[in-house]
Amino acid sequence: MSTPDTTTGHGDISTGVAGGDSNASATRITPGNALRPEDIALEVKTGLAKPTEDVAEYALRIGDDALILAQRLGHWISRAPELEEDIALGNIALDQLGHARSFLTYAGGAMTNDDGSAKSEDDLAYFRREHEFRSVQLFEQPNGDFAATIARQFVVSYYQFELYRRLTESTDATLAAIAAKAVKEVDYHRDHNAQWVLRLAGGTDESRKRMIHGLRTMWPYVAELFRDDELTQRLAEAGAAVAPSSLREDFDRLTGEVLAEAELEVPDVPAAPGGGREGRHSEHLGYLLAEMQVLAREHPGASW
Amino acid sequence: MSPHGNPEAPASGAAEINREAPKASPAPEQSAPAEHHDRSAWGLWEVFVRSSRGLSHVHAGSLHAPDAAMALRNARDLYTRRNEGVSIWVVPADAIAASDPDSKGSFFESPQGKDYRHATYYTKSEGVKHL
Repeated sequence: MSTPDTTTGHGDISTGVAGGDSNASATRITPGNALRPEDIALEVKTGLAKPTEDVAEYALRIGDDALILAQRLGHWISRAPELEEDIALGNIALDQLGHARSFLTYAGGAMTNDDGSAKSEDDLAYFRREHEFRSVQLFEQPNGDFAATIARQFVVSYYQFELYRRLTESTDATLAAIAAKAVKEVDYHRDHNAQWVLRLAGGTDESRKRMIHGLRTMWPYVAELFRDDELTQRLAEAGAAVAPSSLREDFDRLTGEVLAEAELEVPDVPAAPGGGREGRHSEHLGYLLAEMQVLAREHPGASW
Repeated sequence: MSPHGNPEAPASGAAEINREAPKASPAPEQSAPAEHHDRSAWGLWEVFVRSSRGLSHVHAGSLHAPDAAMALRNARDLYTRRNEGVSIWVVPADAIAASDPDSKGSFFESPQGKDYRHATYYTKSEGVKHL
């Protein structure tokens, strides 16, 4: 573990379980010392980190994106075409869930329950209604077949990489720290995904047909990812976040390179109306939430 | 554990590094019609992982993958989930030439009893320094 840097508020919190790399040895495996959601919860609780209302709303947005995607990807477990891919998708789902936990925990620091306590990640994940979710509509789109999931993941991973890469420079130290952890993981998601886009597009006639169909199904939801609004304008001016529209150029260039290599075209489809950031969702989110929330709502406070 | 073991039966030491390794059962040769999903189409790969403080790559287990690039990624996803490694090798299982388990006697028992192949067999001559 490097010298703790107390100015950022992250280095001085014990990594708990295994104490980080300082305890590593040739025979002992440690979880490492990366930032965990529990660390953020502790910072929020002790007042070390407190988001502004704008930052909290923003963290809620990107946290919801990751949460909804984690729930979607988790559905592949035991259902993927091969055991190896099953675990790969499960890993990506867990990465997304980790990002969601961090962002939602941080967002909750500026939101209170009726009893005055700060909202926890669970309060936000399990006890909000559909119109209170701020995820964009791409993330809730159904898994479809494997190619459709790869198509969704193609857009998501390239978008999230550009987003998190820039958020590491955020003036908000916690957002920057979460992004720094997330960007490495999303970089791998990108790589994993590009491998599959190339293979499905260059595989059999059937796999290519499905890849093209998957991209056409997901592409209407691309535009919404890059829409600015008043909140992102304010945050961009403050340096806490970036304007979504500013990610578009790099996204188009990098996805374009993969599509060109796969000899695929950027789908020419009209954009969906969107509205996820204002709580307007496609018909799919309600069912997803029902499944995700049922246990916590049926047995409030239950632990397992 | 020896990398020269039978690739179809990974040494038990691998279980310590990896508790989720799939059983290395090579896909049986199937004579299913071509339009069916042919599971044997994905080859078997052996995975070697070097831990952050380890000097050598150690056999971790095996997996199925369509090609080397995907085998590396699958290995990353299957065998380094708990911070186990900093380097991975993947080798097509059929590229490994393995000794025959049935020839244990002729292959591995011959050195037994040949004490003179060990340094401890010899007595140090008087006056020899730094030995």
